[in-house]
This record gives sequence, C-alpha cells and structure tokens, in this order.
Amino acid sequence: MADGSGSGRVTLSGVVLAALILILIIASLYLFIAQPYWFPVLASEHGGRIDSLFMAVLVVTGIAFVLVQGALGFFIARYGENARERASYWHDNPKAEAFLLIGTAVILTVLVFMGQRVWASIYFSDEPANATEVHVTGEQFSWTFQYAGADGQFGRTDNKLITSTNSVGLDREDPVGKDDVVSANIMHVPVGKPVRVRLRSKDVIHSFFLPNLRVKQDAVPGMGIEIWFTPTRPGQYEIACAELCGLGHYRMRAFLTVDESQDAFNKWMEEAAKQ
Amino acid sequence: MSESHVATHHELGFVRKYIFSTDHKVIGVQYMITAMFMAIIGGLLSMLMRYQLAWPQALSPMMAKLFPISYNGGVMAPEFYISLVTMHGTIMVFFLFTAVLTGGFGNFLIPLQIGARDMAFPFLNALSYWVFLLSCIVIFAALFVASGAPMGGWTAYAPLSAIPSAAPGQATGMTLWITAIALFAVSGLMGGLNYITTILTMRTKGLSMMRLPLTQWSLLITSILGLLAFPVLLGAGILLLFDRMGGTSFFVPAGIIMNQVPLDHSGGHPLLWQHLFWFFGHPEVYIVVLPAMGMASDILSTFCRKPIFSYRMMVYSMVAIAVLSFIVWGHHMFVSGMNPFLGSVFTLTTLLIAVPSAVKTFNWLGTVWGARIRFTPAALFALGFISMFVSGGLSGIFLGTSAADIQLQDTYFVVAHFHLVMAIAPLFAAFAGLYFWFPKMFGRFMNNTLGKIHFWFTFIGAYCVFFPMHIIGVGGQMRRIYDPTQYMFLQPQQPMNVFISISAFILGTAQLIFLANFIVSIFAGKPAAERNPWQANTLEWTAPNPPGHGNFPPDLPTVYRWPFDYSVPGEREDFVPQTVPTTVTARH
Repeated sequence: MADGSGSGRVTLSGVVLAALILILIIASLYLFIAQPYWFPVLASEHGGRIDSLFMAVLVVTGIAFVLVQGALGFFIARYGENARERASYWHDNPKAEAFLLIGTAVILTVLVFMGQRVWASIYFSDEPANATEVHVTGEQFSWTFQYAGADGQFGRTDNKLITSTNSVGLDREDPVGKDDVVSANIMHVPVGKPVRVRLRSKDVIHSFFLPNLRVKQDAVPGMGIEIWFTPTRPGQYEIACAELCGLGHYRMRAFLTVDESQDAFNKWMEEAAKQ
Repeated sequence: MSESHVATHHELGFVRKYIFSTDHKVIGVQYMITAMFMAIIGGLLSMLMRYQLAWPQALSPMMAKLFPISYNGGVMAPEFYISLVTMHGTIMVFFLFTAVLTGGFGNFLIPLQIGARDMAFPFLNALSYWVFLLSCIVIFAALFVASGAPMGGWTAYAPLSAIPSAAPGQATGMTLWITAIALFAVSGLMGGLNYITTILTMRTKGLSMMRLPLTQWSLLITSILGLLAFPVLLGAGILLLFDRMGGTSFFVPAGIIMNQVPLDHSGGHPLLWQHLFWFFGHPEVYIVVLPAMGMASDILSTFCRKPIFSYRMMVYSMVAIAVLSFIVWGHHMFVSGMNPFLGSVFTLTTLLIAVPSAVKTFNWLGTVWGARIRFTPAALFALGFISMFVSGGLSGIFLGTSAADIQLQDTYFVVAHFHLVMAIAPLFAAFAGLYFWFPKMFGRFMNNTLGKIHFWFTFIGAYCVFFPMHIIGVGGQMRRIYDPTQYMFLQPQQPMNVFISISAFILGTAQLIFLANFIVSIFAGKPAAERNPWQANTLEWTAPNPPGHGNFPPDLPTVYRWPFDYSVPGEREDFVPQTVPTTVTARH
C-alpha cells in the first residue's frame, strides 16, 4: 500500500533534512541516556517515586520520539519528487487510524494511572504523626523558618508585630512563643523523619523549591498551605524561589541542612534559640 | 461582496487603498508587517536575555550607553531582565503569533480560499486592525516608562501585577500592559466574529464544509476559541485594573505586607487570577497552534503531491482539541496551592488532549509516506513544523503528569516545551505560509536559495536553542532567573547556557536572511506570472497575482471537489483544482 508507485528520488534537501533529524535523535538519546547533566542529587523519600515516574514517561515518550522522528526522516529521505512517477493516491485507512488512536489512548491512560499513584502517595496519604513541623514564610526576597521550640507549640503571630527584626510578627509575650526559633534563610531538619511545612507568603506569590528533595509548592499570600516530605540523605542543599516575585527573584535563596541525626538537629535548635 | 459593488468599484487613492483600506488582503498584509516589526523587537529582547544568562557578570559598555539606567555600572539590572522576560513573552504570544496567524494569514486567506470577494464585515475588519495597531503602540510604549517596563511576566500573576509597589515596573508599566492586552482582546474579538461569519456564510457555490481546506477549518475553530476565551482575559484584565486603581480586592487577599507597609486590601484571592488567566491562556495556546496546523497540513499536501491523510480525522481532531482546550487550564497550576484533587482531574484531561494531537501527527506522517516531495522552502518549513511539534508535544506529557510536574514546573523544561510547541512550530508554519503565499500577496517570488539557507539555519538553530533547555530544566534551572550562577546546584550546567546563547545568536542572525529576502522580494523578486505557480488545488490559486479588489474577476469560482486531489491516478496532471468539475474527470 505504501509505495504502490515505486520509490521516490533521493534528493539533496531530503537527505540533508533526514540527516539532521538523525543527528537530533542521536543527540537526544545521548543527552537522556548518558545524562551529562541530570537531576540534582536525590535527598527525599517521595522524590524517588517522582524520578521513577519521570523515567517511565521518558521511556514511553522516548520510544515515540525515535519512531515518529525516525519515520519522518526516512520518508523525507526516500520520497523526493521524481519526474517519472506520481505519489501514491491514498488518503484513508480507518483500521490503521482506529488502531493508532486506541493505542495512543491506552498508553496515555496507563501513564495517567502511574502518575496518579505517585500524586496520591504525595498528597492523599495520611500524614505521619511524628513530623518535624516548620512554618515557612516567603517574602521579597527571603525565606523565614519558624520552629515551635522545646514545648512543641507555635507562638501566636500577628502582622501588627512585624518589624525589621521580627519578620513573622511572633508574639514573644505569648508563653508558648517564648521558646520558638525563628531562622532567616537557614532551615534545618533531621534525616529520616517526616517534615511538615506550613507555607505562607507576606507579599506576592513565591514558590518553595527544594530541588534535591523534589519539593515545589507555591507560597500564596492569604493561604496557609501544608505539605510534607521525608529527607533521606544528610547534607547541605539549596532552597530556591521558583515563582517570579519581583526584581530580586533570582537571589531569593536559602539553605537547607539535613542533619545526620535528631541530636544534631536538636543541637542546632539550641544554638539558634540562643540568638 | 455583492456583484454590483464590484461592477461599480472605482480606483481608490493610495491612502484608501493601502492605509485605511477595508480590503481583507491589505488588512492581512498590514497585520503581517506590524507583527513582523513586533517580532523584531521581541526577538531582540530575547537576545539580550540570552547574553545575560550565558555571561551574567559581563560588562556591556555599548548597552550601558544606550540604556544608562537599565545598565547602571555597565551590567544589566535585575529588574531590567524581568522586564525583558515579560515583554518578550507578551510580544511574542500576542503581538506576533496570535496576530500573524489569525490576523495576517486569516485575513488574507479566508475570502480567497472560500471564494468570497471580501470579509462579511470589511469595516469591522479594518477597525480590528487599527485597534490592534493601537495595542501595539501601547505595549511598545510600556518599554520606555521611566519607572520601568512591566515585570509581571506574560502571565501577570497577582498580587505582583495587582500592587503597583510590588516591583519597579509594576506602576505605569503594568497599567500600560493591561491596557494593551485589553485592546488586543477587543481587536481579537472583532476579528474572530468576522472570520466565523465569513467562513460560515460566504463560501462559494459547491464549497461545503467538508470541502474546506484545513487552513479554513483551523481558522474557523481558532476564531471560535478566541471568541470564547478573549472575553475572559478582557474581564480579568479589567478586574486587575480595578484592583490597581479603584481600591478593589479581586485578586489581593487581606494581610499583605509590601515593603514593610501593610496594605488595605481584603477578600481577594490570588488564585482567581490564575484560573481566569489560564482559562483564557490555554485556549490561547491552541489559538496559535491550530492555524499553524491547518496551514502546515495544506502546504504539506501540496508539496508532497499527495492528499492529506485522513481529512476527516484532521477536522475532528481539531474540534476535539478545541473543546478539550477549555478543560485543561489547571495543569498550569499543579503546585499553585489549588486543591490536589483538581490536579488529578487536570492530569486526566491534559493527557486526553494528547490523543487528538497524536492523531494529527500520525496523519502528517501518513501524508509524507509514499509522497513525491518538492523541497521548496515552504515544504521544508512545513516538514520542520512536524518535527518541532512532535518534539515539543512529547515533552508536554511529562508536564501534564502532575507528579512529574512538581519538579519540572517553572523550570527550563517548561520553557523548552512551550517554545518548541507553541513558538517554534507555529513560527515554522508561518514561514512556510509566507514562502508559499508570497507570490499571491505581492505578485513576486521570494528567493528560493535564500529561503533554503534560512531554513537550514533556523532548523538547526531552533533545536540547538530549545532542545538542551529540557536538560537544564531537568537539572532544576528555574525560569525568569536573572543569574543562574547564583545557585551552586546550577553552576555545573552553565556551559549549556553558553551553548544555548551562542545558538540563539546564530538563530536570531539567520532571521535577517529572511527579512532581507522578504523586503527585497516585494520590490525586486522574480515576477510570478502564473496564477498557480505551485500547482495547488485551493481557490486562491485561481485568482490573479496579486488579486485585485473583489478577488475573483469576473465571476466567483464554483467548487466541485475537495482540495486534496493530488496525484489522482488517470488524471493528466498530478493536481486537480477544486474548480474542475468532477464529471470531466469521470470521462477520463
């Protein structure tokens, strides 16, 4: 059916374009398989599931990419104009069309379900009880991290109390707020224990992005958004703002330390409380 | 339009003929040239951005002379970078792509391809262009505001866009931005109304809907999308203006403290803007992509000398894309704070819309399979369109999968995806259209060799710029970042940024080849003596080059067949125009 009227002429333009498409295929295979640049080092539990999901989608789309671009390049190289004969005259094939349509729909449905399992495991699973709780506040152009301190209770905050030294407006008169730890641009969490983050913004929308932990959540003024994750790898990581928030957006950077143990974390808390 | 009008028409003066014209062809060309001018501006802005991203600490003495405030101390100011991002995106999405595809090609092609003498409402059509021009002037003016050009990004997320004190450019600059977009929406509505009416009511005898070229189907569906989506943008823009100037709180919640100053707003919600914006914004993607698909399909079939594969599915898939485009907007908001349950729903609808897109891709492949391709510049760009659309479309599947999007949202992976699929692919279709219809527009050809050179540079350049952006996006590089080297985790991939920038300069420079070819060919190109130089089937090729006022002297053409009869076995020629009666064919 394909070439009832013989093969076309190989033309210079056709061969060059096909060669370029071939180079594209090889280059993209190299970039995605050899991975000269890749995800930042993984440091969270759910992040492994996100990375695996990415790889699954990569395999499916990678095969589709190679097949479709390859077929396009092959046809371009092969079916150049030829003075002697004409193109094939066919323009419908209901069976092939139905097969491709249903095939695509099935593959995409599988991807939807795979993706939703990961999504549900992140957002619809029960929150662990023993989480380290951190209140994170974004503002132009810094992050503030508030911890409940030894009593495990957060002190009252009030916008009226906000000053240049009290950026979240913590009420130090409040008995439970006395031991709260407020830290600018430095966040600590212990390894292997769930972290619950309550995210706020004081001014515009920011996005709390922990590249190594595969965490990204917008901080929206007027909303308190809760997310949680479990760090699995001790170390120092960067925190970025991923939502355009003004002229200093690019330098709205903070640092995350995943402490090797609960003790190391407690020690940092004590140090920080003194300041 | 009416026969009597044509019979009595007299020569118009230069001003009425070429400037305040109501002729759809002149208006189409006006749209195109205005959009090209905007594209040059938008393109130059992106060059400045790429220079900054590759060499963030570099001194630019020349730029410092030109823009002493924005390059204070010889280095680009961070707020200037954000303004570049904002203006580049806004200009390219609205003032280039939307304008050139529907305003430019839509105006020029609709009456010619459906066998009509003009649009249904020629005056409204002219008005649509002049309002568009006004919106161009307003957005252009926003670049030169003393307090800074707008900085909200092309998506203008509130409250950054709603509070004038949120950033330097968010005062007068942002107000001009909203005004320009509102004017643009009004212009788009007038155009869309016109296109729909014209295509539905003014098709010539015999031209049933299922005999329309795919370009016409795509323009019809795009216009319907525009008519439903633009009012939402217009409404959202007006509410935003009220929040800024009238003290209302549609998008601004209580308790905001901006620069240590508590604001007096309460009761608004920032996510409302995002819902409204993307309810418009996602159909907008298809307002750009659909005409590109339609034009590329018709041009592809012409130069493959082969009927388009599965015309019916091509039409149905466009309709499906159009309907679904209204229920996928939430995939822009997976990590916005929207209820995660909605994230699940929008993942489903988003991957659903990939099905008709895949159908179209298979059909293009089916068209090229067994073809006899004539490699003109138009053919090369149409083929390039398919390649770009496939590359950009596939990376959309990662982003549509909500869980994977957590990591990829607002990174260069997104930038790579949408540039390939809704900027580069439509750009290729627009170039294909310009090389293809140039003889009909100006009665001359563009230079073929220069056209091919332009294609090779553009194809290679576009891939070198936008494909590696996927990789640095996987590496975590955020969008709209003035200096990626600030982050340690991004420093190792800085060589990629340098590579992308050098490629971008080559890609940008290559467009000068096109520009020179386009301008010189208008006046000195090889004359197109034949009405149908490409041996195409659609109706515009039965009109003179360029068609005079009224398009089809003396009588309107009659249509007897679909536009894809290429290489019909037994025919004398390898094409059979739509005006050739079928009965004649039967006798052969």
